[in-house]
Amino acid sequence: MKVRIFVTYKQSVFDPQGETIKDAIHTLGHEEVEAVTVGKFFDVTFADGASDVETSVKQIADQLLVNFNMETYDYQVMGD
Amino acid sequence: MKIAVIVFPGSNCDRDLFNAVNDLGGVAEFVSHRATSLAGYSAVLIPGGFSYGDYLRAGAIARFAPVMTEVIRLAKAGYPVFGTCNGFQILTEAGLLPGALKQNLSQRFVCKTVALEVTNNRTPFTSHYQAHQRIDLPIAHADGCFFADQETLDRLEDNGQVAFRYAGENPNGSLNNIAGVTNAAGNVLGMMPHPERAVAAVLGNTNGQPLFESLFATLQEAH
Repeated sequence: MKVRIFVTYKQSVFDPQGETIKDAIHTLGHEEVEAVTVGKFFDVTFADGASDVETSVKQIADQLLVNFNMETYDYQVMGD
Repeated sequence: MKIAVIVFPGSNCDRDLFNAVNDLGGVAEFVSHRATSLAGYSAVLIPGGFSYGDYLRAGAIARFAPVMTEVIRLAKAGYPVFGTCNGFQILTEAGLLPGALKQNLSQRFVCKTVALEVTNNRTPFTSHYQAHQRIDLPIAHADGCFFADQETLDRLEDNGQVAFRYAGENPNGSLNNIAGVTNAAGNVLGMMPHPERAVAAVLGNTNGQPLFESLFATLQEAH
């Protein structure tokens, strides 16, 4: 089973890359774009039959992938 | 009174720390990231560099190195623990210091000498500076923007945990111009500037010397 974990800055944390990319998008002519958030994702593949995958995902995110001082995360079960 | 300089894969300021301590009259030894004991060491220095290639986040992987269990044990037991640059990032990721280091606001690697204020000279690392002394130290980093939520910032200010502040330009967007912080107990210090690169008159700057002299004095008092 594959799980995609998305990590981004918290909304309250200024994201300079996102701002710069938004400016570039405006330069392209897409003035309708209001905000861009840059993040990263991790595709984590679990062995067949692994139990309680979502608990594992939370532990991995909490203890390694996310720095909760500035970041937050979400995840999506991608299936096999 | 031996001082451990921890060497991670990708550390690149370990020799500068080693030389700073030994040239100023202390005794430093390199200790591998694989070490499982820091017995016999009176203080720990964590160097700058790019440990583990800055993979995931700067300092995030180093905290899983075997030696970090011992670094955390010593820090909690009140031994002086110091991290500069990547060492600061490692100490925040390990939970020994509050806050986090974000990418510089400019999104650029910044390498220059900056003006600092010694905001708290009552720490084991700053006692040989004058209160509010202005000094110059080099910085060289891409992820040095100190960030913490407002509650944490207020607590740091109230407790006197801000040890160094940028006194001229803020080179990276750090909140409250914070360049270095201690833990609540005061025995762990992290800072983005490099005092170990400013200890020799021949290199034009000795403003880093008092930091090491403060540490030596602290260790002598404790002895």
